[in-house]
Amino acid sequence: MSGGHSSYTPSTGIEKWIDARLPLPRLIYDSFVAYPVPRNLNYAYAFGGILAIMLVSQILTGVVLAMHYAADTGLAFNSVEKIMRDVNSGWLLRYLHSNGASMFFLAVYVHIFRGLYYGSYKAPRELLWILGVIILLLMMATAFMGYVLPWGQMSFWGATVITGFFTAFPIIGDPIQQLLLGGFAVDNPTLNRFFSLHYLLPFMIAGVVVLHVWALHVAGQTNPTGIEVKSKTDTVAFTPYATVKDAFGLVLFLILFAYFVFYLPNFMGHPDNYIQADSLKTPAHIVPEWYFLPFYAMLRAITFNIGPINSKLGGVLTMFGSIAILFIVPWLDTSKVRSAVYRPWYKLFFWLFIANAIMLGWLGSRPAEGLYTLFSQFGTAYYFGFFIILMPLLGLIETPRRLPNSITEAVLAKTKSGGQPAGVAAAPETKG
Amino acid sequence: MSAHDTTEPTRRDFLYIATGMAGVVGAGAFAWPFIDQMNPDASTLAVSSIEVDVSAVQPGMSLTVKWRGKPVFIRNRTPKEIEDAKNVQLSQLKDPVARNANLPSDAQATDTDRAAAKDKENWLVMIGVCTHLGCIPLGQQGDFGGWFCPCHGSVYDTAGRIRSGPAPENLPIPPLTFTSDTVIKIG
Repeated sequence: MSGGHSSYTPSTGIEKWIDARLPLPRLIYDSFVAYPVPRNLNYAYAFGGILAIMLVSQILTGVVLAMHYAADTGLAFNSVEKIMRDVNSGWLLRYLHSNGASMFFLAVYVHIFRGLYYGSYKAPRELLWILGVIILLLMMATAFMGYVLPWGQMSFWGATVITGFFTAFPIIGDPIQQLLLGGFAVDNPTLNRFFSLHYLLPFMIAGVVVLHVWALHVAGQTNPTGIEVKSKTDTVAFTPYATVKDAFGLVLFLILFAYFVFYLPNFMGHPDNYIQADSLKTPAHIVPEWYFLPFYAMLRAITFNIGPINSKLGGVLTMFGSIAILFIVPWLDTSKVRSAVYRPWYKLFFWLFIANAIMLGWLGSRPAEGLYTLFSQFGTAYYFGFFIILMPLLGLIETPRRLPNSITEAVLAKTKSGGQPAGVAAAPETKG
Repeated sequence: MSAHDTTEPTRRDFLYIATGMAGVVGAGAFAWPFIDQMNPDASTLAVSSIEVDVSAVQPGMSLTVKWRGKPVFIRNRTPKEIEDAKNVQLSQLKDPVARNANLPSDAQATDTDRAAAKDKENWLVMIGVCTHLGCIPLGQQGDFGGWFCPCHGSVYDTAGRIRSGPAPENLPIPPLTFTSDTVIKIG
């Protein structure tokens, strides 16, 4: 897959027979066993594997939940309660699925922040990054539609607010909203199609993930130094080194996941969603799930008209724009140095960006009034300023630190200053 | 004369283009039902009008009825609410258009043009869906004594006109007539 020569040698007769007809074992061996990965990958690089496992987990629990769920406004809410009370292990499967969505987003945000920190989006990995943004969009659509299915108050009003985004566009807005809803308000046709699409989209995600991994294996992984692999000593074999490191990261992640499932299963949900949907009563305080809060804060931050664009359309464009801008990040960053490790100013503004994203998330959970709105406006300005102003500017004015000549040199320099026995990190592939 | 080196279109060129065009048109025609099925179906479009008896609604009371799947607010306004609404200058309004389905589309958002009928200015009938993102505003709340949307903080006055917050338009007034002194027909 990486374009290099294959080191797979079928040993038994049956392996040779298969290899001559469908070389799938060869593809797997070259991609996940012999595949060379940089020797200095840290645990931030474990989240790609964690995400793959979370996608599989969500599909498995989702398929079995669909065996007990009824997509009808008269039945949906009670069928979910039936899953919780009557279906064998139903409570566990549903809590795995609902908390799994949160853990999926937690992992994807760490994965994206890791990409921003180490400059993983830079040439020649632009398409790899863009495919990742497409996966993020599909994940958001899937999560939103899944949240509507229990047909609670937050389900209904979340669907109303989010499909209402489209009415912001002049002329075409209302017909688009009616096309999405299948009516003039969220109702049975809406619930039915959301269920159908919620079942479909994860498989589309899986398809884009295949392209994402393909693109990754063409360019190879980045690493904390941001220097490309130059020689064989810069890499180790995927198996066992990366496999075991990813697996250990996964175990820690699953412990956190299990803690939420077994001890705080409703911590990330809203009590209002245990009240059946009522089209005549809006909950006092509509909040989306935590993973949408920063975007929600940016939507609400636009309370003023911008020229011919009214505040409503402005808010919707700002929110869509906050994702759309990720598509052009590879071309916004003008720096020749990939990793933030060697970019003191970018590193500072990156951590401010993280703090700002967390602050926006908190503001999104607050009521839309007074100082909260003001801070949301500052936060929104920094979010866009980071991409549009800081990224292009820093590349031109920042003096990066001196780069090591190779990954191996960086690793050895670290080992010398640290107290580790040199042989352990210096030649891990010969350890035994 | 060979068919291969002529620049004149050949029968094969014609067949290529005809096949390609038929494929494009066919794909488009085939895709349309897949898109159109998502539009509101016949049962949803079969809009009926509703008649509401408002004889029991005293001044200061409100009634919410459902029309086309959406809530409609019917309020018997107090004299103070009417006076408050009349005292507002058009220049103070974010949306100066009446948004009244019973009037021309350029009617101004005066209180008279917002009320349900000329001689029944105590009655205010409007679709109770916030023009921002579709939440149901709460009655008799907010800075202007009218409606307040809890979702994103839009505030409407006692004539249902947007006064502050992100919503762009006044609450719309549906087609309506008084069939008698106490019965309102909506739709």
